[in-house]
Amino acid sequence: MNQPVIEVKKLYYRYPYADRYVLNDINFSVNKGEFLCITGENGAGKTTLSLIISGIIPQAQGGKMRGTVTIAGLDTSEHELAVLSQNIGIVLEDPETQLFTSKVINEVAFGAENLQIPPEEIFSRIRWALKVVRLEGYENQHPMMLSGGQKQRVAIASVLAMRPNILVLDEPTSQLDPIGTIEVFEVIKELKEKYSMTIVMVTHKSEEMAYFADNILVLSHGSVLAYGKPKDILSNREVTTNAWITIPQISELYLKLKERGIDLGEFPILQEEGVALIRDLLEKRLSANA
Amino acid sequence: MPEQLIQINNLTYTYANGFSALKGINININKNEFVAIIGQNGSGKSTLLKNLTGLLKPAIGDVLVDGLNTKEVSIAKLSCKVGFVLQNPDRQLFADTVEEEISFGPKNMKFSLQEIKERVEMALEYTGLKDNRDKFPPSLSAGERAKVVIASVVAMRPEIIILDEPTTGQDYRGCYQIMNIAREFHRAGHTVIVVTHNMALVAEYAYRTIVFCKGEVLLDGTAREVFGQPKILQMSYIIPPQITQIGQALEGELKTKKTFLRVDEIRDFISEIYNA
Repeated sequence: MNQPVIEVKKLYYRYPYADRYVLNDINFSVNKGEFLCITGENGAGKTTLSLIISGIIPQAQGGKMRGTVTIAGLDTSEHELAVLSQNIGIVLEDPETQLFTSKVINEVAFGAENLQIPPEEIFSRIRWALKVVRLEGYENQHPMMLSGGQKQRVAIASVLAMRPNILVLDEPTSQLDPIGTIEVFEVIKELKEKYSMTIVMVTHKSEEMAYFADNILVLSHGSVLAYGKPKDILSNREVTTNAWITIPQISELYLKLKERGIDLGEFPILQEEGVALIRDLLEKRLSANA
Repeated sequence: MPEQLIQINNLTYTYANGFSALKGINININKNEFVAIIGQNGSGKSTLLKNLTGLLKPAIGDVLVDGLNTKEVSIAKLSCKVGFVLQNPDRQLFADTVEEEISFGPKNMKFSLQEIKERVEMALEYTGLKDNRDKFPPSLSAGERAKVVIASVVAMRPEIIILDEPTTGQDYRGCYQIMNIAREFHRAGHTVIVVTHNMALVAEYAYRTIVFCKGEVLLDGTAREVFGQPKILQMSYIIPPQITQIGQALEGELKTKKTFLRVDEIRDFISEIYNA
């Protein structure tokens, strides 16, 4: 079932008062239930693109946009944010820009309340969202009193509680501890599988992308440098070098062994995959020597 | 006998809402150490940093920085000794040009114009920002903005530099450029303290790693000692770098219990066995 829920066609964008376009001729689509990661060097246009997908650009921010962006069949230039937001939720890069209430519970409830969901349902969603982000027991805390990573998790929970069809997250794990990071990726997997949610995430974390992303879109200087499956992207040296993408350490090990004339055969992007290849290689070598 | 630069004695800090962020912390940091502080979200890392810079004062216990008790000296005085690079560079940038931003600290320290100029030049050189000196800081990329903040702290030449998650949101190049600046600063004799969630960077750069968990010190040792204890680290939501986990998974094949910190280390080990 290949049904695009996000379609970006011939997109160009220039910020107000800027003299050049920050995005040039961007084309891609995301199917229902797909998890797309957007990555690329600092300043490549990743955040701008996530604001465009969610309709904040051009609805709430000026500038010059050309091309079309359609989400759930709605052209984002033609529908108000209130309409778009029934289909799409966004978690911003800096959580402090989106937290505004005095209690975690109110923060998480706000979006769902605005969707006019019955109170019992809102409470059950709040409980679920806080459990998912590991913030149970923090209901009555002031969001601004929390640590950076906890704020990031409140922001994620507040959008999760809205259960949007499409979820856009701009570096949602940048301030999270390692296990917290994996947990967020696991939540995304669950949302995708259980609720067929379509998810777009801006991230630099390649080890997690390797495990969880369906596809990766690489931006470089405002253009699409590459698009494809994690394995195709992360094993493409030209792409990873040009866009300053950190590759998983297992992939780095593969490359460094190859320089020494030791070939694992296949380019691994997952830890277990690489470990199995190394095991295999050493076993074969050992039995050959025996 | 190394010179003790920071003494943290029984440091306890409780926020107004009753949250006990630090519970009787004891840490000594010597002159010219490179320390990484890691731990789960909300474990007390940022609260500790704020206590080191005098932005928060201990409820119980004392923090001494180069002999000065943070309860007794002004933040202004402490800031000459401790430079603080905040998590989000945009919270600390305010000037119209990079050069002006960097000169702000030295100007406040009331150095001569000549000295200020020299310090700004040095900081620009250090951080590779020479070509950007006349630029408007917000117009720079995230990596460059982070470097401007570091340059503005470097220009004050504090004895100690503290970086709170300096590589957040940075690409590969940005991460390494920032950490290399910290390494240079350390090599020049300064003391560096970095809070980060990037374990690969901890393994590569830090000489000492302190793990926080729920307001207490869980582990304190070299990166190798710390990452060699994955079960304990889990209590603070930490997992060692992937390369360390690969080494742990291949313990039997490689016939070693060594904790690997860098890709090169394990490559050498594998190629030695392979070519034996």
